[in-house]
Amino acid sequence: MKVNLQLTSKSRLSLSLIAVLTTIFALLMSQPVQAKVVHQERSMYRNILVEDTGNLRCLKFNVKSHKTNQSCFLKSEPNRLVFNYTKLLFSGLLVNPNPERILIIGLGGGTMSNTLHQLFPTARIENIEIDPAVIKVARQYFDFFENDIVTSQAKDGRIFIKRAKMKGEAYDWIILDAFNGDYIPEHLMTKEFLQETKDLLTDNGIVTANTFSVSKLYDYESATYQAVFGDFYQVKNKKNENRILLAGKKALPQKAALEANLAAMHDRLKPYGVNILQVFDSMTFDKDWQQDSSVLTDQYSPANLLNQ
Amino acid sequence: MTFRGQNLFIYLLAFTSGFSIMGVELLGGRILAPFFGSSVHIWGSIITVFMLSLSIGYLIGGKLSTRNANLFRYGLIFLVAGCLVMPIAYFANPIMEAIFLQIEDSRYGSLVASMALFFFPTIVLGMISPYSVRLLVTSKEESGQIAGILYFVSTLGSALGTIITSFYFVLYFEVNDIITAFSLILVFLGLAAITLGRKQLASQAAQEPVDQHGKKSQNNASNEVIHES
Repeated sequence: MKVNLQLTSKSRLSLSLIAVLTTIFALLMSQPVQAKVVHQERSMYRNILVEDTGNLRCLKFNVKSHKTNQSCFLKSEPNRLVFNYTKLLFSGLLVNPNPERILIIGLGGGTMSNTLHQLFPTARIENIEIDPAVIKVARQYFDFFENDIVTSQAKDGRIFIKRAKMKGEAYDWIILDAFNGDYIPEHLMTKEFLQETKDLLTDNGIVTANTFSVSKLYDYESATYQAVFGDFYQVKNKKNENRILLAGKKALPQKAALEANLAAMHDRLKPYGVNILQVFDSMTFDKDWQQDSSVLTDQYSPANLLNQ
Repeated sequence: MTFRGQNLFIYLLAFTSGFSIMGVELLGGRILAPFFGSSVHIWGSIITVFMLSLSIGYLIGGKLSTRNANLFRYGLIFLVAGCLVMPIAYFANPIMEAIFLQIEDSRYGSLVASMALFFFPTIVLGMISPYSVRLLVTSKEESGQIAGILYFVSTLGSALGTIITSFYFVLYFEVNDIITAFSLILVFLGLAAITLGRKQLASQAAQEPVDQHGKKSQNNASNEVIHES
């Protein structure tokens, strides 16, 4: 017995050694191409970096952390969405399959705008980005496409939404994807802001917001969305730290009611690398946050302090 | 003339005013954001208005200190400052909404809003530093040193007001509660200075020379003029 055990532990040791070596080797092989900085600039708001790793081009804010990838696309297949969270955003189409007016707050590389324009060539798409330098970089390095109906403006998202409401505008789909270096700016997380956003929706209009799942803010953020929209879908991917919140002006239908669109949507979205069946599977009405969490307001929004 | 610990009391008041000025300025960014956003020019507007008001406040405070400077009047400045800070909490939204509707460009919108909200209270808060120097200085030789200590104390207050407000207060309190607290503290300190100042004036009056006919002399200043000639 004893001898046997020893042998086993020895062989275990060598096995794990082999495993470690293989992993290192695999890691080395999987990154044969060094990331190359294509463009770098310091804007009024941040350091902007465009990096090429082989075929993959990424937009980064600030340099040190790896978490700061804002937008990526494959140079050979610019239509294919690379980022997981952008794919999750398409859950919105199961609720509202034909948006005619789309508002995107937070441009990044403009990949979402490009994809939506191809999907809905007649839809009006407005991109709002606070940093003019990001718009410039999107145009220059990410093939960000603009025409009469696909536009961009360098503005603060909150101001744009307030003014748009005053002008009587309404949108079928509002995508909230504004990030500064750390997280979503504080004034774009409050109950008042979400109420303004909700007021800007058409009757069947929806909001999809890109958030992170791992932070103390999770509970506060969830409670705030609940307070404004009532029940909302969470769309998460287990591999990912992103969580999409999908909410509507009206109460959202149960999942069973969304299945009708699924097959048609699957074929439409496939060319863009979006597997809507997977996205559908990860949609949930679960309330997995602390129910007594306080709501973030313009008066109380220590968002970025909590996000640590 | 002065009570024991008066200088310490004045330094404490100057510290508190420094603390409040920067606390309010920091919250200014928060207050403006819902209407004017968080673009870089928001801070441009806020800082411009604070610097402008402080500069005007220094000028007025210095001028005021040349005539009958006393603790009573010093307290009045705090009282007025406290009362002017209060509306930031209670009327900011309607004021900003009106400006938002009138001015489309958020640069000038935020500048006008900062003026409307912070211009007057900060002018009055700015008056405190030169007035403090006047109350503290007793001789020409020490005036520079006193001014140095005063700037040290009030600017240290500003530093702490900035960090404590941004690191901790916003975590535990609503913006309006913090503003209200600043306002009440200023009012309270003002009332304290007014009370002490009145006592001082009363005892001063009792000590004033009485002439043959039993009337008090009109005022010290006119006496001094006579001596000078």
